[in-house]
Parts: sequence; structure tokens; C-alpha cells
Amino acid sequence: MAHLNWVALAIFVLLFGFVTWLGFIAARWRKGDLDLLHEWGLAGGRFGTVVTWFLLGGDLYTAYTFIAVPALVFGAGAIGFFALPYTIVVYPIVFVVFPRLYSVCKHNGYITAADFVRGRYDSSGLALAIAVTGVVATMPYIALQLVGLQVVIGAMGLPTGGFMGDLPLIIAFVILAAFTYTSGLRAPASIAIVKDVLIYLTIIIAVIVIPTQLGGYAKMFSAIPESKLLLAPPTGASFGAYSAYATLAFGSALALFLYPHSMTGVLSSSSRTVIKRNAAFLPAYSFLLGLIALLGYMAIAAGVDKLPEFAAGFKQYGTSFTVPALFLHAFPSWFVGIAFAAIGIGALVPAAIMSIATANLFTRNVYKEYFRPDCTPKQEATMAKVVSLVVKVGALAFVIFLPLQYAIQLQLLGGVWMSQTLPAVLISLYTRWLHRTALLIGWIAGIVSGTWMVSTLGFKGSVYPLSLDGLTVPGYAALYALAINLIVSVVLTWVFNGLGVGRGRDATESHHYHV
Amino acid sequence: MVRQPDSGTRSDTGPRRRKASRAWYLLLLAPFVGVLWVPFFNSIEPSWAGIPFFYWYQFLWVLISSAITLIVYFATKDDPAGGE
Repeated sequence: MAHLNWVALAIFVLLFGFVTWLGFIAARWRKGDLDLLHEWGLAGGRFGTVVTWFLLGGDLYTAYTFIAVPALVFGAGAIGFFALPYTIVVYPIVFVVFPRLYSVCKHNGYITAADFVRGRYDSSGLALAIAVTGVVATMPYIALQLVGLQVVIGAMGLPTGGFMGDLPLIIAFVILAAFTYTSGLRAPASIAIVKDVLIYLTIIIAVIVIPTQLGGYAKMFSAIPESKLLLAPPTGASFGAYSAYATLAFGSALALFLYPHSMTGVLSSSSRTVIKRNAAFLPAYSFLLGLIALLGYMAIAAGVDKLPEFAAGFKQYGTSFTVPALFLHAFPSWFVGIAFAAIGIGALVPAAIMSIATANLFTRNVYKEYFRPDCTPKQEATMAKVVSLVVKVGALAFVIFLPLQYAIQLQLLGGVWMSQTLPAVLISLYTRWLHRTALLIGWIAGIVSGTWMVSTLGFKGSVYPLSLDGLTVPGYAALYALAINLIVSVVLTWVFNGLGVGRGRDATESHHYHV
Repeated sequence: MVRQPDSGTRSDTGPRRRKASRAWYLLLLAPFVGVLWVPFFNSIEPSWAGIPFFYWYQFLWVLISSAITLIVYFATKDDPAGGE
């Protein structure tokens, strides 16, 4: 970076300092014994509608989202917009399905999806599969949040190479680790309020000011070549971008709330009504996400990639530099500071929640299940605090020592893997007909086939061109793998039920799903 | 004490009300049809204020599906166990 943007940096540090303070005092908010895993890892399930709205908003709409979605729209055009239909169709699913999961978990003291599977199917193997999937899929996601933070730090002109370049990231990480350890989920919940307010402010101003600078929305859209502006229509032999777009949206929606950090956000609510109300109000963030996606087009219209002052940034960060470049170009330094702080804090919130969720999973479903079944509540909570620390250190090391590509590729695979927990976690909310061993084998089939599909794409994409008798249907690999998963699960259930293979005991009862 | 008849006894409106409640959930399918049937909206016209159809249509569905979810929420609020 050519020069250090002092004003932006000062405001950034100020806001960061504020949320750091907030993260530490959050321990006293809606006070509870933080030596209990339920209090540390789920904030005692005390969050009402408004707090949950901020928490889930901060949780689901991450720094990586704000960097990656415009970057995709900037580079590839309309296909990048799938984020909008994705976040539209996810909420009816949340509304109908997740109150059931909430009720059965509350009634039985489950704090993770794997806990539920364990109770439902009496199978520690299946529960372990669910837990491991959650942990492995979330880790690269945490790393990518740190990458989002890295991009805005670099964009402010701080040195990016060597130890000096990693120092701001390390400082941010230490702060994050410290307040997560002390306050648990209450920390990101309180910070999410600040982050979401800043993001809404930034984006609303951006989508008014920048198009005005460009001469209006009509002018902005007319600057985009039609090949980018719309999806490529299908040719005779292939459904092309149409099936890719729809399957990306649908498949991503199915997986989103299976992620441990979404689960944690949902389970920290105070009632199932909170979840239903949020299914109606969280779409506000989807609208915001659509506006954020349009930033990619604004960047094209403003020609930021052609401006010499941003050449080094684009060289270093690729299309991830789109949003920082656009803001630096369009706004005075003080507003850039606010915007970058919003993104940076927007990295802390999900990173904190993801590390807590991962810690909950490991502690309950690996440590307590296999190593220390009679650990005291305090030992359990302490283990979780330590694990969340380890997970963050791991993510930081990943970002510092490994090329960015790896994190992106793992995140891609993570989405495919996470989807494979759908039969065991969501279908189980409605019926126990599926056999536990069949589900486990189905999960393996899904993981293997999904990973294979992504590998044929060189790990660079997740849209697999399925070939059906001469017709090509490009579709999201996660969805195809899920189909294979379901077919295997159903067929093997018939087989195992017929053979009389043991089905274990269901610890849940039907009324648990409605409480 | 004179007993006034209810507007409908409990057992009378119970199952009927639950059945009506369940139908509301079907409304939640609308967003899926609306935004996943891509050929319908992959066009520039009819544009609005310079914004191509592809874009304003999907933004509109955010508002519509949010409204639908609220409607279903209120309509099924008293639905005790059924349909959830």
C-alpha cells in the first residue's frame, strides 16, 4: 500500500476499542454462571427477539460475505446474486423446521445438533459423524473471516508483509480470544448490535451516495455488459447458468442452518416464538445483502480496478479488494474508517460464535462422549473455553502460513459436507423411520461423492455439470451429493429394517417437539 | 345463573381451526416458486427506475416472503401442536 490512511485507521481503532470493551463487560449482561457450558456456550438461552435478530444477523452475514459476494458479482456478474434467492428461501425453512429442533433440544438439554442425533438414534457413531462434520466445515469459515479483516487492514495502508503485516491480525485475534474466553456467547451478541448498526448505516449511505456519484442507478446498470448483467440462457444441450443459480440458492439454503454457528444462535433464543418472529424479520439482512451485492456493479461502473492507486491492492487480494477499493474511492477517510470497522467487527462476531459453536460440539460430542463421560459441569465449560481458543489459534495459523486459496477451497468443501447432515438432523425431526446405520452410510456416500465432484472441478468451484443422457445439468454439488445420501439412506433403511438390525432407543418423545 | 351459549364450543372449533391453520403453511412455498424458477425473471425488461427486472424482482421477493412469513406466523399463532 502506498500510504497509511491515518484518519481511517484512527476511527477503525476507536471503534475496535469500543467493541473490545463491550466484549469484556458482556460477561455481566443477563448474568449467569459462566462455568456452566449452557451459560458460556448458549448464553443460558436468554436472548429475546431483538437480541437474537442482531446475533443471527451478525452471525450469518459475515465479513467474508461482505467481501466475497461483491467480489463475485464484480468478477462473474449475475451468478453472484444467488446469495439473494438463497437468503430468501432459507427463512420459510427456518420458520417451519427450527422451532421443532429448538423444542426438542431445550426439553432434553441438548446444546448441539449431534446431541440431538445421539438422543434420537441412540448412536454415538452417527452423532460423532455429525459433530466432526460441523467442526471441519466451520474451521475454514473462521479462517476466511480473518481474511476479510486482513483485506481491510491492508486497504488502510498498513504494511502487509512479514511479521509487521501479521501483527494487526494477531492483535485482533488476541482480543477476540480473550473476550470469548471470559464472556462466551454474550460477547459476540453484544458486539453484533454495534456491528449490525454500523453495517446498515454504511450500506444505506453507500447505495445512495455512490450511484449518485455515478449519475444514477440507470447509468450504473447500463455500464455493465449484458453478458455479466444477466445469467447466460441455456443452450440446447445444457441448462447452463439457470440450474446452477437455482441449485446454488436452494442447496445453500438447506445447509445454512445446519452449520454449528447457526445452531448455536438458534438455541440461545429464549423461546420458539423468538425463532418464528426472526424468520420474518431476518430477511431485512437479505435485502441488505442484495444491496451489498450491487456494490460489485458499482465498482465496475466506477472502474476502480483500472485506477492506478488500487493496482497494488487488486494484485495482492484479487477481486476481494473490490469493496475496499470502492469505498476508498467514493468516501472521505473518516467514513472509510467507519465502513472498514463495520467489516472488521463483522469478522469478529461470526469468528467468535463459530469458535464457540465448534467448542460446544467438540466438548459435548467428543470429549464428554468418549473421554470423560462424568466430567463436572465446570470441567465441561473449561474444556469448551480452551477448545474455542485452540480453534482460533488454528484458524490464525492457517491464515498466516497457508495461501488464501486453501481456506477458500476448504470452505467450498465445507458447504458440501455440511449439507450431508441434513437427513440425520432435519428429517429426524419429523420421523425416526430412517435407520441409524443407514444414515451413517448415507452420510459417507454423500461426503465421498460430494468431495469427488468438487475435485473434478479442481476444487475451484462447486457447480458440477451432471450429465444425463446427453443433457448437461450444472448443479450445486452439495445438492447432488445430498440426493445420493438420501437414496442410500432410504434403500439401506429398508434393508436393515428387513434384516432386523438394531435401531436403538429414542430418548425423545413426540411432545418434546412442540414445547 | 343463565348460561349463554358460546360462539362455538371448544370441541367444535378445535379440529376445524387446526385444519385451517395447516393450510397457511402452504403459503410458505410461494418464495421457492418465486425465486427458484429462473427462466421467469432472467431479463432486463420490464425495468424499473433503470434497474433490470432480474434485480428488482428478487429484491421484491425479500419483502413478499417476509410478509408471507408474518402472515403465517399470526395465522398459526394459536395452533397448539398441529402442523409444527
